[in-house]
Amino acid sequence: MTDTQWKVFEVFHQQARGEPHVHVGSIHAPDAEMALILAKEQYSRRQACVNLWVVPVEAILPTAYENDDIFERGTDKSYRESWGYKTPKTITASHGATEPRSHEG
Amino acid sequence: MVVAVEKNLGGLSATEYERRLEKFEARINRGEKIEPADWMPDDYRQQLIRLIHVHANSEICGALPEGRWIPHAPTFKRKLALLAKVQDEVGHGQLLYRAAETLGPSREQLIEDLITGKSKFSNVFHYPAETWADVAIIAWLIDAAAIINQMMMAEGSYGPYARALKRICYEEAFHMKHGYEMCVVLAGGTKVQRDMLQDALNRWWAPIMMFHGPSDKESKHTAQLVRWKVKLKTNDEQRQQFLKQFVPKMLDLGMKIPDQSLRYDKQADAWLYDDPDWNEFKKVVNNGGPVSKERVEARRLAHRDGQWVREALTAAAEKKPVSPPPSH
Repeated sequence: MTDTQWKVFEVFHQQARGEPHVHVGSIHAPDAEMALILAKEQYSRRQACVNLWVVPVEAILPTAYENDDIFERGTDKSYRESWGYKTPKTITASHGATEPRSHEG
Repeated sequence: MVVAVEKNLGGLSATEYERRLEKFEARINRGEKIEPADWMPDDYRQQLIRLIHVHANSEICGALPEGRWIPHAPTFKRKLALLAKVQDEVGHGQLLYRAAETLGPSREQLIEDLITGKSKFSNVFHYPAETWADVAIIAWLIDAAAIINQMMMAEGSYGPYARALKRICYEEAFHMKHGYEMCVVLAGGTKVQRDMLQDALNRWWAPIMMFHGPSDKESKHTAQLVRWKVKLKTNDEQRQQFLKQFVPKMLDLGMKIPDQSLRYDKQADAWLYDDPDWNEFKKVVNNGGPVSKERVEARRLAHRDGQWVREALTAAAEKKPVSPPPSH
């Protein structure tokens, strides 16, 4: 039997223009052009699709799950987030004033 | 808890193996998915390969009894729906073979094992679809039973399998709904149609009762598979869920369940039944069923007849001359 196992291509699917391409699975194909044809058959039978990407699996360099500690935060990174900053609804409230302060000062 | 004796430590010392196993099981208990590159016990890998492989084979072989009815569909709408269902099932087979490959075996090996009879496929596809009502019963009740199984497996611990199943369940929903509609039409039709539906149920009932696999008393794999969240329910639990959901619907359609032993126990809130003939099940899944040989042979011929297409695509990708198809 002269079968060869074709290369693996990862498939990314876009549901509407402007949306991100989302990884949906992978397929075997002899080349990229054929991979697109097969990906269309396999992954766009139902949901809306405006665009497909196929990427040879070797082109993807993943981080290793065993090293997922590289994503851990050793220090407080709340300064990177909008929720890291607490501001009162009105400035007057923060000063505990019952009367608005004069803008004239 | 008694931990099963592991045959294969993968070259690790017993302590290192235990350390990894503990971490692995802790991850599963937290509800995390295991991915292809992660360490996993060899038993987990082998069980998953076995399950996914049988599942993929079943999708491919399941397309055969239905595919044969495409030219005989009674209306154009039914023909379109059946074509779409068969296309889906073959697509599901492809998705599942891909998921199995992430655990080691090659696609060629997986297909070779099916066509040489080394690996199994679901018991229900070893029986013929004799009439159009069989197509309706398969699409409604066998797809319903399969959805119960697949919805459960989609919550399982192995990432690639769970993701493929989410997609598959979405598509199966149409198969089941269409099957139910076909049964509703036959059940509300002429006497000939109603008899045809009942006759199909009479023949399919036992295979359907065996679909979720041997009873928990006999099933040798279940406990460990449940612990590793490969399965989340035992075979009997799945069967019970199927009966609870679908027996009332079958009775509602005026169908008679061809099993004298089946009765509902109010206190236990469960359907009771005498065990199906598990010897028949074992014989059937080991390719001793009424059309086992035909199914495997149909798959072998389809694979052989597709050989020139695969070769032509490979040659075209390598910019080599493409040979014409053989004339057999």
